[in-house]
Amino acid sequence: MSHLSPFQTFLLLSILKIVVVLVITLTAVAYTVLLERKVLGRMQNRWGPSRVGPFGLLQPLADGIKLFLKEDLMPMAAQRPLFIIAPIIALACSLISIAVVPFGAVQRVKGVDIFNVADLNIGLLVILGITSIGVYGIALSGWSSNNKFALLGSLRATSQMISYELALGLSLVGVVLRAQSLSLRDIVNSQAAHGALSWNIFGGFQFVAFFIYLMAAYAETNRSPFDLPEAESELVAGYHTEYSSMKFAMFFMAEYANMITVSCVATLLFFGGPSSPFGHLIPDFGGPIVQAILPIGWFVLKVLAFLLLYIWVRGTLPRFRYDQLMSFGWKVLLPIAMVNIIVTSLILALRG
Amino acid sequence: MQLALFIIFGALAVAGALNLLLQRHPINSALSLVVVMMSLAVLYWSLGAEFLAAAQVIVYSGAIMVLFVFVIMLLNAGEEEHTTGSRAAYIVGFPGAAAIFCILSFVFLSERKALGLTNLGGQLNSGLSNIAEISTVLFTRLLLPFEVTSVLILVAILGAVVLARKEQ
Repeated sequence: MSHLSPFQTFLLLSILKIVVVLVITLTAVAYTVLLERKVLGRMQNRWGPSRVGPFGLLQPLADGIKLFLKEDLMPMAAQRPLFIIAPIIALACSLISIAVVPFGAVQRVKGVDIFNVADLNIGLLVILGITSIGVYGIALSGWSSNNKFALLGSLRATSQMISYELALGLSLVGVVLRAQSLSLRDIVNSQAAHGALSWNIFGGFQFVAFFIYLMAAYAETNRSPFDLPEAESELVAGYHTEYSSMKFAMFFMAEYANMITVSCVATLLFFGGPSSPFGHLIPDFGGPIVQAILPIGWFVLKVLAFLLLYIWVRGTLPRFRYDQLMSFGWKVLLPIAMVNIIVTSLILALRG
Repeated sequence: MQLALFIIFGALAVAGALNLLLQRHPINSALSLVVVMMSLAVLYWSLGAEFLAAAQVIVYSGAIMVLFVFVIMLLNAGEEEHTTGSRAAYIVGFPGAAAIFCILSFVFLSERKALGLTNLGGQLNSGLSNIAEISTVLFTRLLLPFEVTSVLILVAILGAVVLARKEQ
């Protein structure tokens, strides 16, 4: 690599990072689906998928083949270009935001941070912005299908996502105030001093913000108990009623990729990201390679815990009613988030 | 690299704006406007105003344009006919647009000193964050205009609530 200019090295390593992260994310999406089916099955006292491969481990592959080979139906009355572009927007937006997530400690190879695709100084705003663009995928899918159930589902989803975006954004302000930066790397570093005690949720006293974020994030990803856009008892399947084959799979993957992104952000902002919960209590062991991989292990573990929480909540809670959903978002979460900002900034101002 | 991005997204913004005028279906026009907003955000970013870029995406393309699309979807607006337009538009429109373009470029070029310059990629390369500087200016020197603007927006929200409320 010595004959390459710094720019070429940067470009090659960046492309490599993007490909690796994309492949890992998509695999994680596939296996999150399997995890959900297995865990949900156990919760409902049944086995879940167990036939394909050992313990049903090859089930995602079988699902993928099935979805690829299905006939791709195109409704006659659909708005053709928008109908095709909507799932692409949804999936692209859910995958792009993973790019700003730092999933390991700073590890430089040839001056390029290899455990973070892009370290931006507005990383958090980028995630919020891309989430708000993702609304278009759902809004357009419902409108372009020319189906009343799809339209109703997409209207519900859009209004729900716009409403909860506010509470979501405001709940993060306390964390930003503490870290004094919007860069996700800086936010992680601000909680890395004393292990779990300095995480924002414990030492930072941001647990109110954390619970607001968690609830708003469940609504933002259209997951149970906020899964009204897909309420099958009233709306058939919601905004993706008319979609089949790969286009349906793209919406499906977008939903799970969004779950993973939300779990990553919750880990980074409230649970110290890739830093160890024990801080410096455990002496460094192993070589530099073990020390580089260990933070990634912590990060994956925390994200996995959030995904399990998602599944647990889905297996436990009933669905909200639409008016309850709206009044909960606007009258409960939003005021609490604002009070949290005021209290956090007051305390920071008094101590600073 | 920033120069390449600037040119690509500048062209995309112009193409989106033209598409906005030429499309016959309102929803396609609204989506072209989203493309224009996003390209503008990239232009701001490449000029070193990363906070402005993020605000542009979140506020304009993420909130305001979603409401536009929402309203178009709810009203179920159909395709519009191409009309020849009034003759006045042809006679006054093109010279008027040309005149505004000339005046604006003349002002920008002649007042170059007062307006200041920025380099492509300006502060991005130096790793400075301009969020702190923006907030310092906003909450010290420009505090009064900032607060007055927020009161103005609050008045607008209250007005919307009053208009939307049903008479008992």
